[in-house]
Amino acid sequence: MGEILKLHFDVDGDDFTSAGEASAEVKKKLRLLGYSPETVRRVSIAMYEGEINMVIHAGGGVADVEISEDCIKIVLEDHGPGIENIELAMSEGYSTAADAVRSLGFGAGMGIPNMKRYTDSFNLESTVGVGTKVTLVINT
Amino acid sequence: MKISEIQKLLNAEVLTCKENLDNDVKSACGSDMMSDVLAYVKDQAVLLTGLVNMQVIRTAEMMDMVCVVFVRNKVPTDEILALAESKNIVVMKTGERMFDACGILYSSGLRQVK
Repeated sequence: MGEILKLHFDVDGDDFTSAGEASAEVKKKLRLLGYSPETVRRVSIAMYEGEINMVIHAGGGVADVEISEDCIKIVLEDHGPGIENIELAMSEGYSTAADAVRSLGFGAGMGIPNMKRYTDSFNLESTVGVGTKVTLVINT
Repeated sequence: MKISEIQKLLNAEVLTCKENLDNDVKSACGSDMMSDVLAYVKDQAVLLTGLVNMQVIRTAEMMDMVCVVFVRNKVPTDEILALAESKNIVVMKTGERMFDACGILYSSGLRQVK
């Protein structure tokens, strides 16, 4: 596969129930394309955490995925409140999520650490009041 | 451990994918926090949880888990069951509480693969 396959998703910020549909779609696609189970799992977990974060913190956003032979690149962008202290947000266990989010099973402060754990390259840009952009790369 | 053995040990009711009861489970995880579940990759695992929503099945799907057990007799909605069925994940419910359910499986030899 020489060319790059591009996928675009709008992530609905109002519907917690449907959160994860984009990641599930990417997972299905990568499986069909024959990527290894480990690669498929790393991509889907990292993207799923990003998707959940956009829904619970930022009111949704967009996800762009580029699939090539060497790597899978995921760019998640939102226009939410932004992250005040990125270093703190990167540490395991730190969370600003509301109790309502915790009762849904998220907000344990593992989202960003998990995205980092499963990717080969992780980049987070955020401006308070403007939004957040997360770029994840998983080498195949 | 076979899924059918988990069902017997926990006296659980199988709600989806009865045809998969012969499949093997190699690891287990008990948690109500899905991000904690997502922190560690486990192959062919069973998830025990007291949390009931769609994201439990999504989490299991992302992790390639094969079975989800709802503890304390929690009843998943039809929507949750339909998603699990479409992803080929066995769902069951047990009257056991989380601590007891995990203890029963652990003492029968099931471990969390690190």
